[in-house]
Amino acid sequence: MESVRYYIQEGILYEPVIPDIHDWPIARLFRKKQRFLQEVIGESTSQLAEFAAREGMTISDLIERTMYLERIRMTEEPWKVDPRDEKPFWSQMKKQLVRNEQESISADLLNLRTQEMLESIVERYANEIVSTFKPNSYHFAKRFLPVLFSTLLNASAGKTLRSMVNHNVQLQERILLAGETEAIRSLTKHGTIVLAPTHLSNMDSILVGWGLHALGLPAFTYGAGLNLFNTPILPHFMMRLGAYKVDRRKKNPIYRSTLDAYSTINLVEGVHSLFFPGGTRSRSGAIEKKVKLGLLGTAVEAQRRNFRDGPRSGSGKIFVVPLVMSYHFVLEAASLINQHLKYTGQEQYYLANDDFANYRKFLKFVWTTFSKSSDIVLSFGKPMDIFGNFVDNQGNSYDTQGRPVDIRQYFMSQGEVREDAQRDAEYTRMLGEKIVERYHIEHHVFSSHVVAFVAFQMLKREYKQFDLYGLLRLPEEERVLEIPAFKETLERVLYRLNELASAGKVHLSRHMINDTTGIFEHGIKNLGIYHAQRPLRIQDEKHLVSNNMNLLYYYHNRLTGYGLEKYI
Amino acid sequence: MDLKNISDTKIGVVGAGSFGIVMANLLAENSHVLLYARRPEVADKLRNEGQVGERRIHERVSVTSDLAEVAGACEVIFPVVPSEHFRSMIRDLAPFLLPSHRLIHGTKGLDVHLAEGETIHTVKKLNREQVRTMSEVIREETCVMRVGCVAGPNLAGEIAEGQPAAAVVASRFEEVIREGQAALRSSRFRVHSNYNLFTVELAGVLKNIMAIASGILSGLNYGENTRALLITRGLAEMIHIGKKLGADVQAFMGLAGIGDLVATCYSRRSRNFTVGYRLAQGESLDQILASMDEVAEGVKTVAIIRALIEEQRISAPITLSLYKTLFEGMDISKGMRLLMEYPFSEDVEFM
Repeated sequence: MESVRYYIQEGILYEPVIPDIHDWPIARLFRKKQRFLQEVIGESTSQLAEFAAREGMTISDLIERTMYLERIRMTEEPWKVDPRDEKPFWSQMKKQLVRNEQESISADLLNLRTQEMLESIVERYANEIVSTFKPNSYHFAKRFLPVLFSTLLNASAGKTLRSMVNHNVQLQERILLAGETEAIRSLTKHGTIVLAPTHLSNMDSILVGWGLHALGLPAFTYGAGLNLFNTPILPHFMMRLGAYKVDRRKKNPIYRSTLDAYSTINLVEGVHSLFFPGGTRSRSGAIEKKVKLGLLGTAVEAQRRNFRDGPRSGSGKIFVVPLVMSYHFVLEAASLINQHLKYTGQEQYYLANDDFANYRKFLKFVWTTFSKSSDIVLSFGKPMDIFGNFVDNQGNSYDTQGRPVDIRQYFMSQGEVREDAQRDAEYTRMLGEKIVERYHIEHHVFSSHVVAFVAFQMLKREYKQFDLYGLLRLPEEERVLEIPAFKETLERVLYRLNELASAGKVHLSRHMINDTTGIFEHGIKNLGIYHAQRPLRIQDEKHLVSNNMNLLYYYHNRLTGYGLEKYI
Repeated sequence: MDLKNISDTKIGVVGAGSFGIVMANLLAENSHVLLYARRPEVADKLRNEGQVGERRIHERVSVTSDLAEVAGACEVIFPVVPSEHFRSMIRDLAPFLLPSHRLIHGTKGLDVHLAEGETIHTVKKLNREQVRTMSEVIREETCVMRVGCVAGPNLAGEIAEGQPAAAVVASRFEEVIREGQAALRSSRFRVHSNYNLFTVELAGVLKNIMAIASGILSGLNYGENTRALLITRGLAEMIHIGKKLGADVQAFMGLAGIGDLVATCYSRRSRNFTVGYRLAQGESLDQILASMDEVAEGVKTVAIIRALIEEQRISAPITLSLYKTLFEGMDISKGMRLLMEYPFSEDVEFM
């Protein structure tokens, strides 16, 4: 009883898997930070040498290419967080390159010099990327965050002071941790977890952070966009919580390789990691149909190494857990969908600044999301190995027919674990496809998305002659739907969704256990509830109207890919 | 060939039909081969007499009727059985397969999943989920990820005679292509590579439809102008269907596409061609199929593609009129007329 109260106070719903924070894999790793960094640098440097050889380049070519890209970035996209000695560093590199060319030195000496230059660039990047995990900061944050969250939740709900004290119960009611939570807790003891969430909102990482904490799991490391570090306070926390820095402006091969090595060695060291495989927030509002393979590739690489070298911790197995988050309301929806339309249609849309440009905006954002969302679901998907086979709670893999699989053999031919970059790239691509497939299955469908889908598709059918952009520019008096016809269509779509759910092809959220009218009302009430212009609202007894077609389209996109269009 | 070069590793072939044996013999030029024959009496005959009917096996081919033995002895296996039995064979093989296996199939047909009580002719439409290529069947039924296929103009009789020929090994895995090439390549057999497994599989499957149509033309005593029209429009139709199903155009222009298409459309040795030819000579489809000892994949393919294009709303006039001719008793001359009168607007519209 005592312990239960303690955990609730601490914002934990489950007993911690590893009670002592100093025993967490990430804490262990950062106790030997220098050695870890040296390994990242060594690893990246040798990878780059191989890369250059494969591409028929010299190391000097590689440095020159990187320098060229870095100069463009420094002049065209300077940020506040950029280190001051950046320009002198690259000027120095430039001078060195010129000197190498002018002096007639032996090939060996030239090799030695360029190797040293490469190492110093990698070292610079590695130090830029690295985070520090400090148990004390974590203690502070874990006390601070739940209190902040639940205060936000309760304040807005107009609850009494008394209920605010029992904040965690409230938080649990608002945010549903669904799916394979027990399996994940168990798997943290048997290997390294790669959590792969869908990405809709800047709130995602905070919510996932809370979710993992509530599940009693050790901290996960994750790559946070460097743009978030332009703000004053947040970075301090993120860094100490195990977030490392990812600079999306730097697309040069040396930076990419350093980043990959950083992630690979984290995984090899047993540090659970959070990847957003979609890369950035979904602009269209749809579930990711394609994922980026860079970071996923590091999971495959880490797995191969663990089989080649023997595991450094536990079984050395890597587990991939897809996570699908659902909201009725995404605060950034308007600017995201406008960016999406601008990108796909070359339309002249006003582009809002990043919603997270400053700290006040950020807090306001957290506030709005938590205080105004009626329901948030984090659906933890079935854990798999990196080849897409499902695993049991002890981490054993099974094939589609339920037979045990020894995945080490995927890296083998003629009886040995072999290195084959093309093969592993293909495995990575297949893993990406599997994650996308699982996203669509693990997704919890919300009432609001269904009504948005039905409304948009009905309008689309009614105004067949228009293309997407014509449809979105429909005058307001024509964006009207009759409620009886709407409910009829809704019923057909719900019937199909139920069929899909019974066949295990999607999940329905718990509020979807209701009759058509109930779902209709719940959906209309919650759809994009706090937008200034409602995507869909009841106009009068008989009619629905959309005040904002872009937003209707955005929430509608959530249900594309299920073949529901046929039932309109 | 120099004995030193014969690899120690054994290569497996599953299926002892004519193409299975040709494949085993080709492979035996470079390696020891273990050939699986489902029927023990066939296995015995091959073991004891070294041949079944006209088909002889190479001295480096040993024979078994135990799938576990094939999986146990060979890391690289070539399944070559008709699409009709492919899934059940793979299911039987699956318990013995490991993730270290590589499978390269040589079957130019499709697998179809029908609801209970349905047949390929009663079903109105088939969606993509119900139709699988052989590599997709392997992926669904086994733990093996490294899969590939052999395709191209490989008329079993000509290869058996030792005439020069070529094939394509397709896989998304370079490793599988490399192994397939090394295993098959010889002084009289070239092996090209292709990374687009799905397209290569599909090209090999779809060309069988055109082979039947070409057989019909010959059976009607039409000449080469007509056949040229069929091959050209046939290729366009194959590409059109392929694109809708997610294939890319390029592989259709290679050995697995146009190469195989030309070979089968001109060859009386092709089973599919023979079906068309005899049909045009007045025999019924049932008669023809009953008298053939091996499967003409094209017949089933026509029916599958007919239901698939219905679902996907693809226009494919050759396939459609062939279906009506084969299964709905439509007069052959009417089918020809349809082909001549179909409003093809442009000569080349798919590039």
